[in-house]
Amino acid sequence: MKARSLLVGLAMSVATAGVLITPVSGDTPAAPAGKRAFDATVIARGAQLSAIGNCATCHTRPGGQSFAGGLALETPFGVIYSTNITPDVETGIGAWSESDFLRAMHDGVDRNGRNLYPAFPYDHFARVTDDDVNAIYAFIMTRDPVRATVPANRLAFPMNFRPMLSAWKALYLEKGVYRPDPDRSAEWNRGAYLVEGLGHCGACHTPRNAMGAETKDLYLGGGEAEGWHATAINASSPAPVPWTVDQLTRYLRQGWDDQHGHAAGPMTPVAHELAEVPEADIRAMATYLLAVMGRKEPAAMRAVAPGRDESRVQSGAAIFAGTCAGCHDEGASAISSIRTVPLAQTTSIHAPDPRNVLHIVLEGIWPEPGEKGVVMPGFEGALTDEQLASLLAYVRVHFANRPPWPDVSRQARDIIQHKNENER
Amino acid sequence: MNSHDAERHALSRREFLAASGALIIGFSLASSSLRAQNSPGPKLPGSLDRNPMLDSWIRIDADGSISVFTGKAELGQGVKTALIQIAAEQLYVPPQRIRLITADTRQTPDEGYTAGSNSMKDSGTAIMNAAAQVREILIARASERLGVAADRLKAQDGAVVTDDGRRLGFGELVGDSLTRVRADGQSKLKDPVTYSVVGKAMPRVDIPAKVTGGAAYVQDLRLPGMVHARVVRPPSYVARLRELQTAAVEKMPGVLKVVRDGSFVAVVAAHEFEAIQAMRALAAAARWDERATLPDQADLYSYLQRLPADNIIDLDRQASPSPGVRSLEASYRRPYQMHGAIGPSCAVGLFKDGALTVWTHSQGVYPLRQSIAEMLHLPDDRVQCIHVEGSGCYGHNAADDAGADAALIARAFPDRPVRVQWMREQEHLWEPYGPAMLTTAKAALDSAGNIVAWDYEVTSNTHSMRPGGAGNLLPAWHLASPFAPAAPKPIPLPEGGGDRNAIPYYRLPSARVVHRFVPAMPVRVSALRALGAYMNVFSIESFIDELAQAAGADPVDFRLRHLDDPRARDVVSLVASRFGWSSYTRAPGRGRGFAFARYKNLGAYIALALEVDVNRERGSVRVMRAVAAVDSGQAVNPDGIRNQIEGGIIQSSSWTLHEAVEFDRIAIRSADWSRYPMLRFPEIPESIDVHVIDRPGQPFLGTGEAAQGPTAAAIGNAIAYATGARIRELPFDRTRIKGAIGL
Amino acid sequence: MIELDVNGKKQSVDAAPDTPLLYVLRDHLAMNGAKFGCGLGQCGACTVMVDGDAVFSCLTPVAVLAGRKIKTVEGLGTIENPSPLQRAFIDEQAAQCGYCIAGMIMRAQALLEKNPSPSDAEIRRHMMPNLCRCGTQMRIFRAVRRAAQAMQAGAVPDRGRA
Repeated sequence: MKARSLLVGLAMSVATAGVLITPVSGDTPAAPAGKRAFDATVIARGAQLSAIGNCATCHTRPGGQSFAGGLALETPFGVIYSTNITPDVETGIGAWSESDFLRAMHDGVDRNGRNLYPAFPYDHFARVTDDDVNAIYAFIMTRDPVRATVPANRLAFPMNFRPMLSAWKALYLEKGVYRPDPDRSAEWNRGAYLVEGLGHCGACHTPRNAMGAETKDLYLGGGEAEGWHATAINASSPAPVPWTVDQLTRYLRQGWDDQHGHAAGPMTPVAHELAEVPEADIRAMATYLLAVMGRKEPAAMRAVAPGRDESRVQSGAAIFAGTCAGCHDEGASAISSIRTVPLAQTTSIHAPDPRNVLHIVLEGIWPEPGEKGVVMPGFEGALTDEQLASLLAYVRVHFANRPPWPDVSRQARDIIQHKNENER
Repeated sequence: MNSHDAERHALSRREFLAASGALIIGFSLASSSLRAQNSPGPKLPGSLDRNPMLDSWIRIDADGSISVFTGKAELGQGVKTALIQIAAEQLYVPPQRIRLITADTRQTPDEGYTAGSNSMKDSGTAIMNAAAQVREILIARASERLGVAADRLKAQDGAVVTDDGRRLGFGELVGDSLTRVRADGQSKLKDPVTYSVVGKAMPRVDIPAKVTGGAAYVQDLRLPGMVHARVVRPPSYVARLRELQTAAVEKMPGVLKVVRDGSFVAVVAAHEFEAIQAMRALAAAARWDERATLPDQADLYSYLQRLPADNIIDLDRQASPSPGVRSLEASYRRPYQMHGAIGPSCAVGLFKDGALTVWTHSQGVYPLRQSIAEMLHLPDDRVQCIHVEGSGCYGHNAADDAGADAALIARAFPDRPVRVQWMREQEHLWEPYGPAMLTTAKAALDSAGNIVAWDYEVTSNTHSMRPGGAGNLLPAWHLASPFAPAAPKPIPLPEGGGDRNAIPYYRLPSARVVHRFVPAMPVRVSALRALGAYMNVFSIESFIDELAQAAGADPVDFRLRHLDDPRARDVVSLVASRFGWSSYTRAPGRGRGFAFARYKNLGAYIALALEVDVNRERGSVRVMRAVAAVDSGQAVNPDGIRNQIEGGIIQSSSWTLHEAVEFDRIAIRSADWSRYPMLRFPEIPESIDVHVIDRPGQPFLGTGEAAQGPTAAAIGNAIAYATGARIRELPFDRTRIKGAIGL
Repeated sequence: MIELDVNGKKQSVDAAPDTPLLYVLRDHLAMNGAKFGCGLGQCGACTVMVDGDAVFSCLTPVAVLAGRKIKTVEGLGTIENPSPLQRAFIDEQAAQCGYCIAGMIMRAQALLEKNPSPSDAEIRRHMMPNLCRCGTQMRIFRAVRRAAQAMQAGAVPDRGRA
């Protein structure tokens, strides 16, 4: 495997060069700090920063206690389980001091000096100021302690050998807190600080190399998360309607925008968390991201000839009319109480990757039980693979004015199979 | 004995006489089978008082087949099965031999509405006594025919038998014995010790068809020549139709007629989907004038508080003042909440030869018939309403309105049955909701920690706008010559509406309870299961816990200290014991909560303990386990009781954790389940245990609405225990919980 | 005319291709099992099975059903001869108004055909799309577990009559 041999090579070169990064041992264990040790305003600020960093989502497994870890993260190198970051002394980080926590966030080491896997995106958290990290520390240390041991990581050699990560860090970890750009506005800088640092948007929205690091020159050009496609949010953004700051702010805070579509899949918990964050901060992030996307003209809507996909597109039209048009058509047959984002404008049908549309069509969009939110039912089982491919071909040609995606049936089967495996 | 005790004594004595008079005066009737026609006498048991002729209730044909008639309706609460059990028991026949006919203006007694958890008390008691009397009449008949003394005869398996094996079937005996016979409430009822059917968990008679696709609902009715209709409802309460071009829709496939009367618009088509598509086309073509008439939802409670109200003093008892050393005050709030039947309302109407038949799942076929007759300017006897089961309605939902729709459309499209089915959004937006309510409780404790003074105020709209009158039928409001809704009226105690269960069942030396009845109804409201009891029991049982805490007392002990009724104490103690209340240990994020109530202070007794899990980061709450004890008097079908209580706990959990109708200044916006979420499978508890305390021979107390209020309070109490946060506004949604817990 | 395979029987129906299966079943074929609850895929009262998967019949047009196997509650068993799952619902008295029950049964049937011994969490997750307003979920849950155990013990795959 290319990545493995690269890493092994690196490790050997590092070893023979005699350069070893000395592990830093942690401070004497601190007594677990209770609420009284922290200022209420600092805790509140830490809560907001933690929401931007989305700590809870990774550090909580489905059905598990908040921050107690155990979420399985699939990486190309194997499965990594998120850690218990509650203040439990034995199984969590209750014994960690403020500087232990800072070192984890900035340097990617635990309090015993062991390297942490960059699935924990310390390459982004290195940007966060000490003050902000300390506020997050105050918040984390005042959560309920939970006694919970997480499963051991399942990584193949040599990835399971933590000292290897020193080499990874040498190549890919840029240290240093974010430095504002004096030529830019305060709002832009605030946005940049949050996006580059805590928001760690690039961690999903950037393609990664064989070493699992973000590919710098394709930064924010589109990536992966949990079997979904994380759309490009740089100049390559496929959104047919250019974003405005208002729209992107709304999207990030409420999980949808009526000109662009709905957050779904891994983006759903991000939007949930960001709903707790002051609007000014989200606005700043939107301002920065819009600058990254650059000025765009609306996509020219030129019809695409279906060509050799014609019969597929035609049968897709019939499937759409009977299955989707009730909610997704704006004509007389639409159900009066349902409002959907005009399909032609939804970013996901314009993306180069069909997986997001497939996920949504197969699984639907469901809020958490008891929560209000858009409900789109899933159509897995209602449509055969063939019918699904025809439907998507029609949607691409008719609504996106783009050629159909290839290989839709196989990708649909992969998604279904993966879901079935994970549900067992 | 202080006045509070006397009051409760009086209540129990009255109910005792009303229901159990027949138990103590039991003598068999050896001779004449005719009764005096003109004896005023004491009140007859249950609904016999209003419908005293025996053959209104029971008919036995010459072939021995037995029909029992009830004015009550099966709503899914198992009443059909329970009434069959009662009749079968008193007639000494296997239940399978009983054919039960429910609510039908052509053939059953008028028992008003199937509501208020009164079916067992009203209809069960009537049928029990009527069946006993019929049995005695038949035995008397057999005695004459066989020359054997009545006390040597017995009823068995649909016949009267002698001890030497002679047998005369009911069918051979009946002749016209039952006609023109008046009930007398004097018959000897079976000794409960000998019950073989009542008190047993007989399987429900309607379930097998429901799990195998049998026809079971009004939605399944298929009459010859039937056509399908849909109504186009206005987009908001006061919207008026300004413009509608119907020509294009009239030409759509299958469309038979477009009906228009003022702002009432409907379409009739041969096939159901054709009707739906035509409805959507009509809706898209219609132009309405709308106005903003709704309050600002963010300001709802102060708005309600400011509306003019009639002060109704429900209780004002001032004992000699006892020094209170500690006083507490708390206010509670409850939003509009919806019935939310899974199956939107439906009805079939047939207008033929100047007469109308409506098949409907209305809870009251007689009042509906009278209202529809008024709406169509017909005499009552030209309209028949026949109850056919719908999906659970949980009170006054849109069933009557759908019946009225069917009537109007059938009149416009006569001679063929017309089936009207409401859409989901129509049911969500137009059904009458449970009213928003505010309550304030104040109490004083003495130095021993007992309550010495109590003051409670509840502000609420009416909880009943049932037809009674065309003006309470939704479609009648939209006609070119509309009917106006009747002026709302409070339901008097002891039943109560907004003040149902506003008077606590506890011993309170001084107590004042005021019902601020608000006539103005910006949002359409009516009876939702338990009526005001949901909010009043929530408020009172939350406040009792707050008082217990102030008194430094355990919540169960505190309640027992203030409860004298032994049956109340029994349910409380049983639950505490089965839940493991005194051995409960604290675990992170977990809390226990308790509640007690006697529905309407004269219905079923229920105590409930439950455990919740609170996730403070997400603000989510899940009920993990619940233990309940219920005393419904003589249990007719204990499994039916358990089913209703389990269901009530889950339904109330949903109301309490998630539900509030949303609206803006112009219209209701909770159009479907995405905007008004309900509890789903991942949230259900791990266990619910319901213990039924059977009281053989005691009056039936009903069951269906007992659990709603206590569940809400127990959840609130459990959250307070787990987090220290006392939440007084329903529902306990995530935002409210996170806000209450803080960081 | 459209030909459908419903519970193993070929049915010819004169319905427009965009007609949802729910209305073809109820209106054209006079079948009662699948029910109208919302028409929006939010409540599951219309749930039937197609080629072994649970689907919302209110949102599945007959156009996509040619040559596919449709199974409804009528196809599992009868009052006289109920399937193990139907039997379990009767034994648990898992119904109050019962309106949601046919949909619940078909949703559960799809689970048990694929996974004959589901865990409690799997049952809960799987049944999520189906709503019950009467609060019968505890009994429905017990009925599904009971049926799973019965099917295991009998070692007979419960495929209904289809």
